[in-house]
Amino acid sequence: MIRFQNVTKIYPPDNAILEDISFEINKGEFVSIVGKSGAGKTTLIKMILGLEVPTHGDVFFEGENIHKVGSKMLQKIRRQIGGIYQDYKLLPQKTVFENVAYIMEIEGKTNREIEVRVPQVLEAIGLKEKIDNFPEELSGGEQQRLAIARALVKQPDVIIADEPTGNLDPYNTYEVITLLEKIHKTGKTVVLSTHDREIVNKLGKRVITIENGRLVRDEQNGRFII
Amino acid sequence: MANFSRVLHFALLHFYRNRGTSIAAIFILTITTLLITGLFFMHGVSNFVVQTVQDKIDITAYFKSDAAEQEILNVRQALLDQSTSIKRIEYVSKEAALADFNEKHQDNAVFLRALAEVGQNPFLPSLNIITNGDTSQYETIANILQQDEYSSVIEKVDFSEKKDTIEKVFSITSSATTFGLALGVLMLFIAILVVLNTIKLIVETSGQEISTMRIVGASNWFIRGPFIIQGAIFGGISFIICFFVTAACTYFLSGGLSVIMPGFNLFGYFLANMLLIIILQLAAGVGLGSVLSFIVVRKYLKI
Repeated sequence: MIRFQNVTKIYPPDNAILEDISFEINKGEFVSIVGKSGAGKTTLIKMILGLEVPTHGDVFFEGENIHKVGSKMLQKIRRQIGGIYQDYKLLPQKTVFENVAYIMEIEGKTNREIEVRVPQVLEAIGLKEKIDNFPEELSGGEQQRLAIARALVKQPDVIIADEPTGNLDPYNTYEVITLLEKIHKTGKTVVLSTHDREIVNKLGKRVITIENGRLVRDEQNGRFII
Repeated sequence: MANFSRVLHFALLHFYRNRGTSIAAIFILTITTLLITGLFFMHGVSNFVVQTVQDKIDITAYFKSDAAEQEILNVRQALLDQSTSIKRIEYVSKEAALADFNEKHQDNAVFLRALAEVGQNPFLPSLNIITNGDTSQYETIANILQQDEYSSVIEKVDFSEKKDTIEKVFSITSSATTFGLALGVLMLFIAILVVLNTIKLIVETSGQEISTMRIVGASNWFIRGPFIIQGAIFGGISFIICFFVTAACTYFLSGGLSVIMPGFNLFGYFLANMLLIIILQLAAGVGLGSVLSFIVVRKYLKI
């Protein structure tokens, strides 16, 4: 489903962030990408979304070379990916309802579909009471749950979570990881980037370890070893 | 259509939720549109002044007292045939000149008595020539009149006496027009820069939001549309304000201005050019608002 083929990223003049990375993520997998801060995890995640361009090598999503497709195709690929980020990336001028509805609106869903689906997702995620609040009126945990609701509402093929618990306390961290596990159980592919040892060891899923821009370990039922 | 109504809804929502910046943007656009409208009126006023000055400058050819009317009319025809820049030529006969003098000085007993003592009509027949204002044409016309074939009928041409004054006046009006145009272009440039920066500030406050919209897969139109429509709304509101301010100002200033510039009706000028003013104000408000929004948002769509 997602394939990295000899990907290298060098920032000028010669700052290599990623070096010759190759791996493949199959449909329905739960993969944790681990590494210290600055190891290159976020750059790797950004490449899947087409936000960073590799200096060498290619990144494929469902057979499409992400960095060679046109703007329309790239937007189509992005719509198939549900993104959850450390800084939430919510739309601050839209309410909780509008943040989630926006995703359905850009997909051209009808108002009726939006009115039915959005409250369902918000209820499932525990934010129905906050439907008319703006993101700045929510706690960090609530904002991250809103980001998850937004990722889920379009029923994407893949969920990409880039340090989703980076700004959360242990209770909210547990909630977010539990939600990701639930999403995975519905058959979705989940890519989790983290440097949280406890989370990775508890999950017991596939672990790709990045160190100084290099892929040093790729293990099924892996553990956080750096 | 559903997409358009959503984009329109986003634009209205953004406009409402950012009332402070919206009002600021409308204010800036209103000032700019008023400035452009002001330049338009300045152009009209300066044209009127230049026209008035030009109409007052003429060449008069005085004919000998015994010149036959047909001979004078032949000269008139020759002038019309040989110069394309003549606006009009008025023939004033001896009798008409006398009648005009009598009418002008009917209350002045000294003048009338002096005329009576002369005993006969002392006025000469003349051709009063008004050109389109090109000073070089005065020279041409003077040359035609000074040809030998007309020397037997023409007493004098008063162009050479007025030459310096004419050239000075035309130099001033020409400089005024050029200066007005340069000032207008400069003001317009500054106005566009001010509006551009205002819209840039508004869009920049949404920069992060635009990036997020791109990441979640929104199309360019879905992101850009609300800003363009919002820019058009700013422009539309500023147009309405400007139109009524212009109408009110011209209506109330018209009387005062006609005292300074007799014959110029400011409100009449507004009414006569209303369609042009509407197009100008719409282009300045709606056009600038939406086009500049389109340009500014483009920067954020490159991810």
